[in-house]
Amino acid sequence: MIPAPFDYVRAESTEEAIALVGQHGDESKFIAGGHSLLPLMKLRLAQPSVLIDIGRVTDLSYVRDAGDHVAIGALTRHMDVETSEVLREHAPLLAHATSHVGDPQVRHRGTIGGSIAHADPASDLPAVALALGATYVAQGPNGTREIAAADFATSYLESALADDELLTEIRVPKMNGAGWGFEKFNRRAQDWAIVGVAAWRRNGDAGVALVNMGSTPVLATGVVSALADGASVADAAQLAADGTDPQPDLNASIEYRQHLARALTKRALDIASS
Amino acid sequence: MNVTLTINGTAHTYDLEPRTLLVQLIREHAGLTGTNIGCDTSSCGACSVHLDGEAVKSCTLLAVQADGADVTTIEGMASADGTMHPVQQAFMDEHGLQCGFCTPGMVMAASSLLAENPSPTDEDVRIGLEGNLCRCTGYHNIVKAVLTASGADQ
Ligand SMILES: Cc1cc2nc3c(=O)[nH]c(=O)nc-3n(C[C@H](O)[C@H](O)[C@H](O)COP(=O)(O)OP(=O)(O)OC[C@H]3O[C@@H](n4cnc5c(N)ncnc54)[C@H](O)[C@@H]3O)c2cc1C
Ligand code: FES
Ligand code: FES
Repeated sequence: MIPAPFDYVRAESTEEAIALVGQHGDESKFIAGGHSLLPLMKLRLAQPSVLIDIGRVTDLSYVRDAGDHVAIGALTRHMDVETSEVLREHAPLLAHATSHVGDPQVRHRGTIGGSIAHADPASDLPAVALALGATYVAQGPNGTREIAAADFATSYLESALADDELLTEIRVPKMNGAGWGFEKFNRRAQDWAIVGVAAWRRNGDAGVALVNMGSTPVLATGVVSALADGASVADAAQLAADGTDPQPDLNASIEYRQHLARALTKRALDIASS
Repeated sequence: MNVTLTINGTAHTYDLEPRTLLVQLIREHAGLTGTNIGCDTSSCGACSVHLDGEAVKSCTLLAVQADGADVTTIEGMASADGTMHPVQQAFMDEHGLQCGFCTPGMVMAASSLLAENPSPTDEDVRIGLEGNLCRCTGYHNIVKAVLTASGADQ
């Protein structure tokens, strides 16, 4: 399978990427690792007329301790997130979840920014970032702005990023010793989650987000407020599927997905609480 | 557009359409047909090659993305005198293949795994090769071969 024809341009820096998208308009698309975009282009589900390759914008590949948070450049590859000592220490939930994305070959190419920007509710990292209360930094022709993870995904594969904006940084609050759990349910190694849950707890605080339980990643707010009110993990987890709108597919019915959300939330919280 | 890259130590330049996949460059332009296409959807790993030393799936990479890169395919694993790479030798010694279709991709993924983790456990190998499917062996001898190549006592 071969993508439809397109023109290819390469950006060497953030500024050049933004200038190029300004020049080529909304028929163009950024390509980072290409591990979400190319499969769609090969199936001709995406047919951009111009690809702007940002894969070599190396100034956006970094993991930095930034005081109360860890700053991750959007072009940082999954393998570098997974193995980052800074993230293993300060945001172990993200480092661990990243090690469950696809397989090593995928993680050698795919980037955290591509994963977030693609806004696929079945992806692991958008839900993890949501659970952790991450902030995204976007840069466009008019400058830089911050977008809260909770305001980012708008619908299936749609986000608050404008067409001419580049996602440049992911800011993940330090977990400060919080307990955490990541439960990804799939039937074969390497597969996407049928349902996934990312959870953390620290003293009275908690965060829980769900993978593949609707058209966007979902915050399990009912679970978190029940925990804050002193409910047991088992009781709070019963609320995990409330208000969710998952799609049925070959792998799972709506009811089964909702069952999984409750069961996996309990498991993730049990681990986070132990 | 022009794509210049090194394959198995030799520099090549090709004039290609941007939509050309790396696996097409390798098989059709460079004529190196050891790299197989199994699924063409980044699921099976048969097309795995090394890009700057790391295993990647060449069906899910544009040739232009590899411009300037150093690519190694299965043909580049043995030494010039024909001595097999330790991973290849171990696949032979441990009967890590039957039909052999998955083998080039398995060898490239396994050697990349060993470069990142020189002393893997049985489980590390199984998880590390999760992106490579084999329809013949049942994986046991593949795992054995990778452990043998790592020098692990079994
Ligand atoms: C076989 C396979 C298995 C996988 N399994 C999983 C899995 O289990 N879990 C999971 O979460 N993911 C999985 N993935 C997806 C993987 O994580 C991708 O790497 C990731 O979703 C996209 O990152 P990328 O860098 O490849 O983005 P690309 O494919 O290059 O881009 C994706 C989209 O985001 C846009 N984009 C990219 N970067 C930016 C940016 N900085 N600013 C603005 N827009 C941008 C592009 O224009 C495009 O629309 C899998 C992929 C494959 C091929
Ligand atoms: S052919 Fe590339 S992964 Fe199957
Ligand atoms: S040996 Fe036949 S597919 Fe692996």
